[in-house]
Amino acid sequence: MSFDIDIQVQRGGRCIQTQFKTGPGITALFGPSGAGKTSILQAIAGLLTPTAGHIIVNDHCLYDATTNVSTHLRRCGFIFQDVRLFRHLNVAANLRYGLNRRGAAEPIINFDDAVAFLGIGGLLTRQPATLSGGEAQRVAIGRALLAAPRFLLMDEPLTSLDHARRDEIMELIERIRDQFTLPILYVSHDRAEVSRLADFVVDLS
Amino acid sequence: MLLTTDEWAIVALSLRVSLVAVGFMLPIAFALAWVLARTHFVGKVLLDALVHLPLVLPPVVTGWLLLILFGNTSPVGHALMAWFGFSFIFRWTGAALAAAIMALPLMVRAIRLSLEAVDPRLENAARTLGATPWDSFFSITLPLALPGVLAAIVLGFARSLGEFGATITFVSNIPGETQTLPLAIYSALQTPNGDAMAVQLSLISIGLSLGALIVSELLMRRASKAEQTRVV
Repeated sequence: MSFDIDIQVQRGGRCIQTQFKTGPGITALFGPSGAGKTSILQAIAGLLTPTAGHIIVNDHCLYDATTNVSTHLRRCGFIFQDVRLFRHLNVAANLRYGLNRRGAAEPIINFDDAVAFLGIGGLLTRQPATLSGGEAQRVAIGRALLAAPRFLLMDEPLTSLDHARRDEIMELIERIRDQFTLPILYVSHDRAEVSRLADFVVDLS
Repeated sequence: MLLTTDEWAIVALSLRVSLVAVGFMLPIAFALAWVLARTHFVGKVLLDALVHLPLVLPPVVTGWLLLILFGNTSPVGHALMAWFGFSFIFRWTGAALAAAIMALPLMVRAIRLSLEAVDPRLENAARTLGATPWDSFFSITLPLALPGVLAAIVLGFARSLGEFGATITFVSNIPGETQTLPLAIYSALQTPNGDAMAVQLSLISIGLSLGALIVSELLMRRASKAEQTRVV
């Protein structure tokens, strides 16, 4: 079982409840904005504590009545909608941020291979502020992969991109799915994206 | 500019008092700024007001309050003397304490502004990449807030150099011990034929303060430039 999620999350005076179990590959959390998709991802990453339930990923229990693993020990590769590169570090230092903090975890890809895989060799000395939206999202994906994640959480990673870039990043996500055997939870409100990428769909609408 | 030994001693004392004041107050100012920028609790308005009090009170009142609090007959002053054999009264350390208290609001303001400009979502991103809360503070929050911290140091230093009212009330005007630049200028002006020395010391004051303000302005400009080129 990749994701075994059954949680209640309190967010802005509202209670969001969800329950799903999925197999390997890409699971899409699909629903309109305001359905609580991002809150669910934050809860799985440990950035938000649920009020009840359990979070089990790849048979590791991350949260239940007696367990609450800290975010930095959950090893989730979180790809944010708003990218969140560290603006005081250049691209190479951003990529190495998680790599240097993975502890004893076995890397799933080394630095040079990640750079080649993502096609970002020419960007290494650049500052995040000078990157285009597509370039920045590639760097963010590389940063997450290099942190040796056990699973990936993607929160509408295509939102800030134009059509051509969207296609590129979607292709990249498919290659990540095929090359690494990481469970991926992909949040989107776009039916076309979901039907192209998802092996499982959790409909929140 | 040629200075006499006495004048050099005054400048050296002023620099020592200001550096100690800023060094002592910086961690406290940072902690207060962090609490004001990042936390919510009942009574936060009161804490904010207390921090700003030295900015709006007549400095003489601040000095007098310090005297009441740390004077040798007060419980705190008595305890300091009994346990550590230490007293602020009539000592340069008292001048440093007065300067530190007067610099506090300016330092907190500068640091608080820069902390508020740091996006907590970046800290969350760092946490998902394996950083502990302290690690994310030192690798993300602090470097991003650094221009504000540097500005706080410079502003606090300049404010300490200029401190007069609280110092003279709290620790008096003792040459070689508590007589910093502004107090020495005041004394020179009270002395017959002291004008030349007052001019000399005033010029030094102007030079030091101007230098500090220019450095702080440059730091602020760099910080706001970094803000404009903020990442997607």
